[in-house]
Amino acid sequence: MTDDSTGRIEIDDLSIAYGVNGRRVEAVRRFTLTTTPGEFVALLGPSGCGKTTVLNAVAGFVQPSNGTVVVDGEPVQGPGADRGMVFQQPSLFPWKTVLGNVEFGLKMRGIKKTLRTSRAHAYLSLVGLTGFEDAYPAELSGGMQQRVGIARTLVNRPRVMLMDEPFGALDAQTRLAMQELLLDVWREVRTTVIFVTHDIDEALFLADRVVVMTARPGEIRDVVTVKLARPRAAEVIATAEFMALKARVFAQVREESARVLPGRRR
Amino acid sequence: MAAVPAAETAPLVAAPVARAAAAPAAPAGRWRRRARRAASLGLFFALWHVATESNLAFYVRFQNIPAPAEVLAEAVDLFGTAGFYVHILASLERIWLGFAIAGALGIGLGLLIGWFRFAEDTLLPPIELLRPIPAVAWVPLSIMLWPTERSSIVFITALGAFFPIVLNTIHGVEGIDRQLVRAATSLGAGRAAIFREVVIPGALPSIVTGLSVGMGVSWLCLISAEMISGQFGVGYFTWVAYGIVKYSQIVVGMLVIGVLGMVSSVLIRAIGARCMPWLPRRVKDGA
Repeated sequence: MTDDSTGRIEIDDLSIAYGVNGRRVEAVRRFTLTTTPGEFVALLGPSGCGKTTVLNAVAGFVQPSNGTVVVDGEPVQGPGADRGMVFQQPSLFPWKTVLGNVEFGLKMRGIKKTLRTSRAHAYLSLVGLTGFEDAYPAELSGGMQQRVGIARTLVNRPRVMLMDEPFGALDAQTRLAMQELLLDVWREVRTTVIFVTHDIDEALFLADRVVVMTARPGEIRDVVTVKLARPRAAEVIATAEFMALKARVFAQVREESARVLPGRRR
Repeated sequence: MAAVPAAETAPLVAAPVARAAAAPAAPAGRWRRRARRAASLGLFFALWHVATESNLAFYVRFQNIPAPAEVLAEAVDLFGTAGFYVHILASLERIWLGFAIAGALGIGLGLLIGWFRFAEDTLLPPIELLRPIPAVAWVPLSIMLWPTERSSIVFITALGAFFPIVLNTIHGVEGIDRQLVRAATSLGAGRAAIFREVVIPGALPSIVTGLSVGMGVSWLCLISAEMISGQFGVGYFTWVAYGIVKYSQIVVGMLVIGVLGMVSSVLIRAIGARCMPWLPRRVKDGA
């Protein structure tokens, strides 16, 4: 299952600006980051800091104004199945069943029905949705829909899974359970993950490295290596090691948030 | 690739979900609703009967209007003659032919106009120009344009259905969630696959709405066209009955139009619901 040879992402001197009502908005400035294959990297920062824009550049949805994104030696030209995206809104195809959604990527690659069904079943079982193959997305809870979204992305065996605040719309209990599920799945299907969030606990709990971004234009403010032992369980957030990391990151995020919402200074 | 081990990886207990509102209504409730609907029709005929029997003349005049019983007797007579079926079959043939042409053109053009800017710029302007013209206003031109009476009436029928179908299809395509298109591209879909797998199913609910509205309009156009320029058809029959003072035949003709129109609409909706099993059923208040 583990294939450590792919998933090396080199983001070099990335800047992205776009026009809004004739004004030029700089979303990302001089962002440089290299991930090792199979690494879990979290992008953390205040809302509007450009972290999603970085993700969209890796996905190929937006073009860099300057700099390059290279995945396993190939420059990113546009969207592709080797860089799977899990969105904040699950964005499942409402007209396809759970199985149809998970099979979608395999169908696009022309894999024949019997084979894609058996693979889709395997990934649905991985996210704990065996028995829901014939349900339609509208019949599932938000957490279950997002699990389908993860299975739908991973079945393609992407070099990198890009996750854009995938648990942001879920309630606190479901979010915690989904974080644990994601770590379990990631242990089975070792792929590089870039995970965008504004939740410090989530970033530290999940990631090998947390990239703290500044307020817009998004630059890298700090890169925090999280050496907490794996597999991690929710209890880890009560350890002194976690607390120390959190204090460090919290101070930085707070400063950046204050730059977005000026007025209250200490 | 090795198969993923079906490991016990999910700490989440999969909550059981009910198939959304898929449970059929309890038999008792269903019969109660049928009874209410039958009573509604019964009341309609009863009021009609009373109005004609009492020669109601309170601004509207029922003196010359045939009573339900006369209409029923006339209907029994008419359905015993071969000639009446010729009219019904002529109308049915025109409606399905016109509707099928309108459906094919309306859905096809609507998908193109809704998705491709080039198609919108090149195809939409004449449609927007012709759309406000009522189909009945096309009758004289249609007679000149088409070689046979049949083809000119089919043209009018198709024209009426075309506009709601094409506009609803465009609306449906334009309303597709762009995020779904992004999701499809990041799962490896190319342009053709996006059109087939996202655009068409995404627009389908609006397409069915357009077909349903279009079916109603095509009956309207058919009957108008038959009344003006026909030699066959239920519309022609009804208009001629007025000319030869066969008042109960007028009402039979009208009711036949009503029943055929209703059956066509139910058919469209049933086919639509079958094509879109993912849509939740309509839920209304009350038993």
